[in-house]
Formats: sequence, structure tokens, C-alpha cells
Amino acid sequence: MGRTGQDASGGAWPGFADPADALRIEGLRKSFGAHEVLQGVDLAVAPHEVICLIGASGSGKSTLLRCVNLLETINAGTIWLDGQVITGPGVNQNLVRRHIGIVFQSFNLFPHMTVERNVTLAPMKVLGLSRAEAAGRAAELLGRFGLADKRADYPDRLSGGQQQRVAIVRALAMRPRLMLLDEVTSALDPELVADVLDVIRELAEGGMTMLIATHEMGFARDIASRVCFLADGQIVEQAPPAQLFSQPSDERTQRFLRRITDAGRM
Amino acid sequence: MEAQGLPDLSARHSRILGTGGRRGLVLSTTSTVVVLAVLVVLFLLAPGSREVRHTFFNPTDMWHAFIGDPKLGYYSIGEALWLNIRMFVVAEILILILALVVAVIRQSTGPVLLPLRVVSTVYVDVARGVPLILIIFAIGFGAPALELRIISSQSAAVYGVAALVLSYSAYVSEVYRAGINSVHRSQVAAARSLGLPAWTSMRYVILPQAIRNIIPPLLNDFISLQKDTALVGLLGSIEANKAAELYSDATFNYSSYAVAAILFLILTIPLARFTDHLIARDQARRLAGAGQ
Repeated sequence: MGRTGQDASGGAWPGFADPADALRIEGLRKSFGAHEVLQGVDLAVAPHEVICLIGASGSGKSTLLRCVNLLETINAGTIWLDGQVITGPGVNQNLVRRHIGIVFQSFNLFPHMTVERNVTLAPMKVLGLSRAEAAGRAAELLGRFGLADKRADYPDRLSGGQQQRVAIVRALAMRPRLMLLDEVTSALDPELVADVLDVIRELAEGGMTMLIATHEMGFARDIASRVCFLADGQIVEQAPPAQLFSQPSDERTQRFLRRITDAGRM
Repeated sequence: MEAQGLPDLSARHSRILGTGGRRGLVLSTTSTVVVLAVLVVLFLLAPGSREVRHTFFNPTDMWHAFIGDPKLGYYSIGEALWLNIRMFVVAEILILILALVVAVIRQSTGPVLLPLRVVSTVYVDVARGVPLILIIFAIGFGAPALELRIISSQSAAVYGVAALVLSYSAYVSEVYRAGINSVHRSQVAAARSLGLPAWTSMRYVILPQAIRNIIPPLLNDFISLQKDTALVGLLGSIEANKAAELYSDATFNYSSYAVAAILFLILTIPLARFTDHLIARDQARRLAGAGQ
């Protein structure tokens, strides 16, 4: 627990020293066996900021999100949520997770429950809402994202895009302070991507603090307050999208963006 | 023994009836009747057939064994079967509960539960590794010998059920465990990421999906359990098998065993067909799901 903001390295971004950070990560390391996926990640996210994480497959974007949600046990480093340490011993993980919503690439809806039950389960069992309160919260969110008529359906009756929007609604029903989106459009057919991106855009406009791992460069350029490029287990470059996409300074970023451009994905 | 009609791609496929349309049905029915008739004729003409029929399938003996006559020293197998059914139902309910508890403990990860995990693992290893009949004898003859007030004064059927529960819960807990492991890890991640505690996500997210996956193997174990209630007769309970034995002791005719066998079949075959039906339905659902 010896780490404080004072000895933080790599504090190039001005927001890094701000005590009012919504999320702050310092020296985060995570290994799977002998393979160290995250090799000292530092990141600070201000309230209402939308951060897009880009990088090649296997660069650690998903792992970083899963560490923030405490789904992975980290090997070193500290994470703060709204100024409170959420890593290390003595932390109530269930309490922390209430405040951090995560949406996965493969939706991970509960297949044996209706859409409504998917959305109301956690508010009822975790927050102690009554069935009526939880159903009201679900109806409001489902309505807002064009899913009102899917309330009683089971997930396998929905398209991928609808399932992913339900997954977003399920996370939002907990009224999280921070949303983590893990390549949420990667498993979708191309024509369904736009619907989901619109939902995320709406969340950003509503002021939701978000950490988004994505391969959609156009979307990242559109929506991000800041884009972070991950390589070799670290954030090697971070900047507002206009700057990062047009004048990347790190050689690895330049190579990555060139490959994306060559593949026609920009 | 099934006839194969002309290939007809539109025909519905059934494992028992085989492929083919109306023509296939006619062919399969005819061949079934012919084959059965041949088997019956062979049985009737075989050397020693008369003796076999007299000893095992004598209608008069079968009827007497079925209705019983305590004055002549034997009991109704039909009534005795009722004890098998009661033992089966009670044992099944207790097994479903005990096995679930054992499985959930073995799947737990909390450091505090380690001693319980060790106990559960040892229990499963021992109960699966020891012959059922040994457990039945150990409890059925051992418990009365303890001369403890409540434990030693139960009926043989109670000891029998206790032994069945001990043995079968170990097997069924492994079935549960397989079911829990069959639910994808991403479901656990999704549940826990919403802040659901471990037990709540087990209760509402994992177990409902796990149990759906294991209904066929569970029913398979219960078919086996229905038959194994006959072993309790070894402790002196008048269940169907014991009643059949008493009849043959009194009359030197073994048709009573045929009666008991038929009664057990009447119990187990519907359960077996129901299991097949569930497996087929599950396969259809998986195919439909994969088609999306």
C-alpha cells in the first residue's frame, strides 16, 4: 500500500494529479502464468470523461477492464474509484462492483431469464429494490433504448444488437458511476453495430464516465475525450483523438494506425 | 430390428420407428410382428420350454404371488412394491438435497470453507468407492446394535433408505458438479460483475442452468435407484423382491420373480422413455439455438 500519487510515474496527462479523478490506476500489473499481460499501467480518468482503449488483439485492453471490475486479481498496483482504493485486502468486491458496470463482447445475458428479469435481478438482490421498483427502473431504461416490446422475451429471441443493448441496460440498472465496455460491437453483424454505438453515444452525452475497449476507430475518434494506445502491456501513448489519430508520436502507435488504415478500417 | 424404408428426406426421424414415410411404417410394423412371432414360436418349441414356462411363467402362481396369502407364508408382491415406491420417493428427495449441498460445497472457493470441502471430498470418495450392499449391511445391522434410543429403533426400511441416500448422494453430487461446470464461466463473470455475491449468483444464475443440463443423467441415476430399493429386502423388509423370494421358498415355484421383474419394469420403463424424450428435446433445442 506504499504507493501514493507522489511517486507516480508517467504522469504526463494533466488530469493525472487531480484528486477528483473518477478512476485512477497506478502501476497495474497482471500476469497469466508466465505471460505478463499488463506491465505497469497508469491511467487517470476524470468524471464524465470517455476514454477509448485501442491496440492490437492481445494488447491487454480486455484484461485492463476486467481488472478494474475486480474480475481478475491483480499482481501489483493500485486502483482508486472516486478516491477510494478498491484493490488489495479488506475490500468488499461486491460493494465495489455495484458502482462499476461492465458490458462484454459476447453479451453474457442470462439465457434462462426474460429480458426484464435479466435487468431486475441485480437491483432486487443486490440493492434490495422491490419487484415493482426494479421493474419500473427496467421499463424506463428499456423504453429509452427502444427495447420496451422485448420486456418479456428470452435473450435467444433477440438479435445480437438487441441482446447487447439489453446487456447495457442491465449494467445501467445498477446506476453505476463508471461503465466499462469491452469490445461490445465486435461480435455483432455490421448492420447491427450502429444501434449499439448510438446507445453508447447517448450515454456519453448524458455524462457517463466510460472506459471503452474498441476496434471501431471512427467511433473512438467521434466519441472519445481521450484515446489510449496499448502495446506491450502498457499505455504507450494517450491524447485527444484528433491529435492521436493525426499525429501519433510513438513509433508503435504509428505502425498500428498504418495497419488499420491499410486494412480500410479508418 | 427396424425396417429401412426408401430414403425419404421429408420424413420425420424417430430412433425407434426408423426413417421412412407411410411405406416405412408399414414395413417396420410388419417386420416387427414377424420377428416377434418367430421369437415366440422358437420359445414355445425350444427343448425344456414347458419346464421354463411352468417354473417362471405359470399364470396361477404369478397371480397368487401377486395377491399374496399370509396364511401360507407369503405376501402380496403388489403390496410389497408400494414399499419400494415409498422408499424410492423419500430417498430421491433426500438425495437431491444432500447431493446439492455436497456439490455446492465442493465448488466453493472461500478459504473459510476449506474444512467442509475436505469433508465433502472424502465423503464422495468413500461413498462411491464402497459397495452399496456393504453400506446397507453396515447401517441396517450396525445401527440396531448400537442400542441408542432413536437411532437403533427404526425399521429396516428406514436403514435401507439411509444407506441408499448415503451411497447415491455421492454419485448425484458429481452429476450436479458436472452440471455446474457446464455453465460457461462468462455467466459467472456477468453475475459477479453486477455485484451479486457468490451464493446469489450460484442460486439464481448458475444452478438453474446447470440443473437444466443434468436432468437426463439425474433421471438415469433414479432408474438405477428404483431397482436398488430391492436390496433393502436383504435387511428383512418385505419389499417386492423379498416378497417374491418368500413365495418361491413356500411353493418352490419361481414365477414370483417374473411378477416382481414385470412390476419393476412397469416403474422403470416410463422413466427411461421420459429421459429419452428429454434428451431428444434438448438436442432439438441445441440445434435450433446453433442455427441462429
